[in-house]
Amino acid sequence: MKLVTAIIKPHQLDEVKEALEAFGLQGMTISEAQGYGRQRGHSEVYRGAEYTVDFVPKTRLEVLVDDMDASSVVDVIVKAAQTGRIGDGKVWVVPVEDLARVRTGERGVEAI
Amino acid sequence: MSTALIPLADEVGGIDFAATTFVIVCASLVLLMTTPGLALFYGGLTRSKSILNMMMMSFGAMGVVGIVYVLWGYSMSFGTEDIGGVIANPFQLFGLTNVADSVVNPFGYEGYGNIPELAFVGFQLTFAVITAALISGAVADRVKFSTWMVFVPLWVTLAYFPIAHMVWGGGLLSGAETSLSSLVYGSTDGAANVAPIDFAGGTVVHINAGMAALVLALVIGKRVGFGKVMMRPHNVPLVMIGAGLLWFGWFGFNAGSELAADETAALVWVNTTVATCAAMVGWLLVEKFRDGRATSVGAASGVVAGLVAITPACGSLSPVGSIALGAVAGALAALAVGLKYKLGYDDSLDVVGVHLVAGLWGTIGAGLLAVEGGLFYGGGVDQTVVQILIALAAVTVSGVVTLVIALALKATMGWRIPEDVEVTGIDQSEHAESAYDLTPRGSRMGGSSAGSGESRSSESLDLEGAK
Repeated sequence: MKLVTAIIKPHQLDEVKEALEAFGLQGMTISEAQGYGRQRGHSEVYRGAEYTVDFVPKTRLEVLVDDMDASSVVDVIVKAAQTGRIGDGKVWVVPVEDLARVRTGERGVEAI
Repeated sequence: MSTALIPLADEVGGIDFAATTFVIVCASLVLLMTTPGLALFYGGLTRSKSILNMMMMSFGAMGVVGIVYVLWGYSMSFGTEDIGGVIANPFQLFGLTNVADSVVNPFGYEGYGNIPELAFVGFQLTFAVITAALISGAVADRVKFSTWMVFVPLWVTLAYFPIAHMVWGGGLLSGAETSLSSLVYGSTDGAANVAPIDFAGGTVVHINAGMAALVLALVIGKRVGFGKVMMRPHNVPLVMIGAGLLWFGWFGFNAGSELAADETAALVWVNTTVATCAAMVGWLLVEKFRDGRATSVGAASGVVAGLVAITPACGSLSPVGSIALGAVAGALAALAVGLKYKLGYDDSLDVVGVHLVAGLWGTIGAGLLAVEGGLFYGGGVDQTVVQILIALAAVTVSGVVTLVIALALKATMGWRIPEDVEVTGIDQSEHAESAYDLTPRGSRMGGSSAGSGESRSSESLDLEGAK
């Protein structure tokens, strides 16, 4: 089992969600995140005083997948989240040792 | 309020119902300016951890000034027992004795304008409230609420009531025979030859509050991290709602100061509107050329700067003159708000840059642009000199009195909350509240003894029952 985590632009979330549904995934977890990479932040001006805002809003998306789906899911996310402009985000995969579905107590791949 | 006399009406009981309605409605509009207008405007400009304290300083001012005004404020401002042209006897009308049935005609209009004296008291009360509340913007995030609540009644008693008496109650800065203006330019038939212009409170309200704000900011000192950490406004929509409410309420403030629904009130309404429009545009133009963007906070601030500047002048200018006055006010204030970083004082929400600067400009600009007697209308320099005189007098009185009160409170009660508490947020330490409950997790009912066994067991009992 693998955990696929993606940091994407918030307004790309709908496209990514639809693409993952079309791929056949049945669920996902998202959270609001803040961060910066090469994009850096932006500046704001209030009554002439300039502030640099380093962290920009991002969406963090997490899905649990079977080992054989991991690479395809990464491709699906990258394709859907891509705008070609700086700040599109990152996707990474880490192994998952164990997994349980709370409702039934099923373990392992059955619980995905 | 261009004249300073409050003669009793000729015919007691002959009340002008139109004027009375007008004054009562206008007084209510001015209350709307403080709560919630100013409270929202200032509250949105602070950081999210101190909005409640900021709003409470306005509400608190409302609470204490309302009481003080009825007890001795009105008597000190508008009583007839003048003491040296500086104040009136606070005990003459203490608690509004003998005011209940009295009818006044503040400007001595012929044939109209008789209003109950209590309507005039109520209208003036709201001015004292907002003037004190305006100062709070200079001391955001860091001042003990108790000290503020002691400062406010002291300040209105020693600074506001005297200046109101001097300008509007027939004192040193009015058009009376014994005023400074009469001393310089002489008087005819008991009135100064060149009567000072302060229609609705450029000196009494804005120069007064702005100067007090500067002194307090200097005595109390900077916020922790001023000039280093991010202190951007946390809720700009609240700022804009507040500015809109201030603008709306300001019609009561300015037009209401005519104290009758007549042609001057109509002129004042139009002048107040266009000056404010022009000031907003003026502020935005400065921002566009200086910073590259026209901002929302700039628009809201320009509105307030325009309203401040037109306040003393609104009864004396033409609508086009008001546009000129407003445009300059917006541009001047936009340039002035940056001064605090250069000069190193923390006037947190720019009370000095907006109220003192625009108040000075409006008061002096009235001398330049007054249709009758203004310098630009061929009236010579006399009016402008008188305007500068009353502006400087207000700056001096407010500055000295505020300094004395601020230092006395610093030595006794102390102004500042502890530094670590200020960093955590004044809402929690001074009021035990949070403005925004965005993550309502991990909290439960009960006292400070976090999680006493009793409350926990009763909670689990409820859960058992629910099963």
